[in-house]
Amino acid sequence: MSRRTLLSGWGRTAPTVAHVTHPRSAEQVAEALSQAGPRGVLARGLGRSYGDAAQAAGGLVLDCTELTGRPRLDTERQEVTAPAGTSMERIIAHLLRRGHFVSVTPGTSHVTLGGAIAADVHGKNHHADSSIGAHVRSLTLITPDGRTRRLGPDHGDTELFWATVGGMGLTGVITEATVGVHPVETAYARVDTDRTRDLDSTLELMARTDHAYRYTVCWVDLLAKGASLGRGVLTRAHHARLTDLPLPQRRDPLRHRTATSMTVPPGVPSGMLNRYTVGAFNTAYYNAAPHRRRGQAQPIGGFLHPLDAVSGWNRVYGRSGFVQYQFVVPLGAEDTLRAVVEGLSRAGAPSFLAVLKRMGESTPGPLSFPRPGWTLALDLPADLPGLARLLNGFDERVIEAGGRLYLAKDSRARPETVHAMYPGLAAWRATRARADPDGVLISDLARRLELA
Amino acid sequence: MRDSLGSVRTVLLLGGRSEIGLAVAERLVREGAREVVLAARGGAGDAPSVFKALGATTHSLDFDAEASGTHAATVTAAVELVGDLDVVVDAFGVLGEQAEYEADPLAAARAAAVNYTGHVSVGLAVAARLREQGHGALVVLSSVAGVRVRRANFVYGSAKAGLDGFAQGLADSLHGSGARVLVVRPGYVATQMSRHVDPAPFPATPGQVAEAVSKGLRGRATTVWAPRVLQPVFAGMRMLPRPLWRRLGR
Repeated sequence: MSRRTLLSGWGRTAPTVAHVTHPRSAEQVAEALSQAGPRGVLARGLGRSYGDAAQAAGGLVLDCTELTGRPRLDTERQEVTAPAGTSMERIIAHLLRRGHFVSVTPGTSHVTLGGAIAADVHGKNHHADSSIGAHVRSLTLITPDGRTRRLGPDHGDTELFWATVGGMGLTGVITEATVGVHPVETAYARVDTDRTRDLDSTLELMARTDHAYRYTVCWVDLLAKGASLGRGVLTRAHHARLTDLPLPQRRDPLRHRTATSMTVPPGVPSGMLNRYTVGAFNTAYYNAAPHRRRGQAQPIGGFLHPLDAVSGWNRVYGRSGFVQYQFVVPLGAEDTLRAVVEGLSRAGAPSFLAVLKRMGESTPGPLSFPRPGWTLALDLPADLPGLARLLNGFDERVIEAGGRLYLAKDSRARPETVHAMYPGLAAWRATRARADPDGVLISDLARRLELA
Repeated sequence: MRDSLGSVRTVLLLGGRSEIGLAVAERLVREGAREVVLAARGGAGDAPSVFKALGATTHSLDFDAEASGTHAATVTAAVELVGDLDVVVDAFGVLGEQAEYEADPLAAARAAAVNYTGHVSVGLAVAARLREQGHGALVVLSSVAGVRVRRANFVYGSAKAGLDGFAQGLADSLHGSGARVLVVRPGYVATQMSRHVDPAPFPATPGQVAEAVSKGLRGRATTVWAPRVLQPVFAGMRMLPRPLWRRLGR
C-alpha cells in the first residue's frame, strides 16, 4: 500500500508529492523496485538531507525506516552489521554498552546507516579517520533489476561499491551494511576548548593542533565584523579513558545519554532569525565559551550531536525554511574561505550555525564530497533577500579553488556548477547506467542537477 | 524542479506572444530558468533575444486556444521538449471591442472561447500533468475585469470571471498534489492588446505583473493582485450599488 505524501528535506523548502511505502524486508524492497512506475523510485531514510536528495516527485519513495533490526557487533573483526534503516543513534547505543563506537558519525545521530553511506557522511574526526565510506566493509545493494549484490571495497563489483558510497541512492537500495568500529573505555569525550579572536588565529590553531586530536570542530561567528571577523570557538576531543572521568562517572562509564531536552514548537513565524537576533545569539555564545579549557569530560553524544538535544530545531526558521551551504576547498585555498566569510559578514547574512573543519583523506567514491581541505557549513534562512545571487557568487569562487558542494546539503545549486565540481561524474554515470540501465532510480536532486 | 530559493528550470508559456506572459517568462529566466516553451497559434515566431542572452533555450509550439481537442497534445509536446513542467503560464486571451461583440454575437462567442473555454481544456490538461509530476505551478492570468463584471466590457469580463472561478476551483482540486495554481489579477496593463483602451486608474506594466508573479510563486500565495492596491479597491467596488456600478464608464 502506498500513500501520496508531501515530502521535503530537513530545510523544509521545495516540497513535492510522491507515493510512499514502508518496506520491512529486503524482499519487499525488491518487490517495490519492480513496481516502479514511469516517475521512478527512491529510498528515503530519516529525512535529514537538507535539500531534495530524498524526494522523488510523482514517483515511489521507499521509506526505509522500518528496515531495522538488532545491530550485530563482531568484536573480533571490529565491525558492526545492521539493516540499512537502523539509525545511527540505535547503533551507537548498542555499541557503547559493549564498549565500542562507530568509526564515523555525522553531526546528528538521526540518520540511517543506509543514508549515511549513500551520502558518504563525514564527522568531526574526518581529518583523522576519513568518511564513513572508508570504513564500510561490505554492503547489500538491491538494483532495479531485482538483483541482490554483496559489494565491498575489496570484493564484488568494486566500481559499483564506490558509485554507491556517496551515490545519493541512485545506484540501488542499500538494505544492510557492515562498518568498522573501535573500542572505547567510556561513553565520554575529553574535550579541550579554545576561543579564537579572528579567522587567521582560527585557521592557524586548527592547522597546528588538529593532528593531535581525534575530533575537532570550530564554530565560527559569521556576523562578527572587522578585526573579529571569523572569530570562533574551537573544540577538540578524544574518547575519554576511564581515568579521565570524575569519580562519580567511573561507576557506570559506558552509560549512554541521548535525552532530548528541548522541542521547538510548530508554527514559528518566519523572520525570527535575522542579523540582530542571530548577532545577539552569536555574541552571547562566543562570550559564554571559555577562553581556554582542558580535559572537560562530556557525554560523547552531546559533543558529537549537540543539536540532537533540540527536537525539530529546523522549525526555528519558520515556514519558508532554510538552506545549508557546505563547501570544501583544498588546503592553500584559505583566500576562498576568507572571501566567503567576508561576503557573509558584509551581507549581514544571519547564520548561527557555522561550522569549520579541516578534512583529511577522501574515499574513491566519484560523488563523495569530502576531500583534503577546509570545509565550512552554514545555515541561512531561505527567504533572505539576495541569497541566490550571494551563494551563486560563492559557488564560482569554490569552483575556481577546485572545491565542491555537498550534495546531501545542496538545495539550490545549478547543474553546470555541480558538474564542474565533480570531475568523476562521467565515470559515476557509466557505472550507474550498468546498475540501472532504465534510469528507474531518481530523485528531485538528480532531476534538478541533471545527475543521472 | 523548483529549488529551495524558488528558481525553476522550465517554463511553458501558453500564449507565447503575450507581453505579460513574456515578461513573466523573462523574469523566471533571470531567476535561473533554462528552458522556455512558447506556445502560440502558428508557433511563437522568434523568441525575444534576451532569453538566449540570459542562457535559456527557447522552443516554439503551435497552440490554438480555440481548438480544445488539441490541448492535451500540446501539453504532451511541451513535456517531450523540456521534461517536467516547473511553471506553466496561462496568458493567452483577446480583449476586443465590446461594441463589436454586441453587433456580432458569433465574434463574441469566439472571444469567450479563447478567454474561457480554451483555458478550461488546457488548464485541466496541465493540471493532470502537474498532478502526475507531484510538483509544479500553473500561473493563470485572470483580470480585475472578472472580479465584478462591468457593462462596458461584459463579454471580456464575464469570460475572465469564469476563468477566475475555474482557476480557484482547479487550485482547490490540486491541494495536496504537490502542484499549485496562482491566480493573477492585474488591472489595466499597457500592452499592444490594450492599446485601444483608455488607461484605468492604478495601471501596471508587464514588468510589475511579472514581479508580482515571481513574488507570489516564492511564497505560498494563491492569488496576487497587480498592483496590490487593487485588492482593497475592488473589495470596495464589489460593494458599490448596482445602479451606480452600471453607470461607471469603462
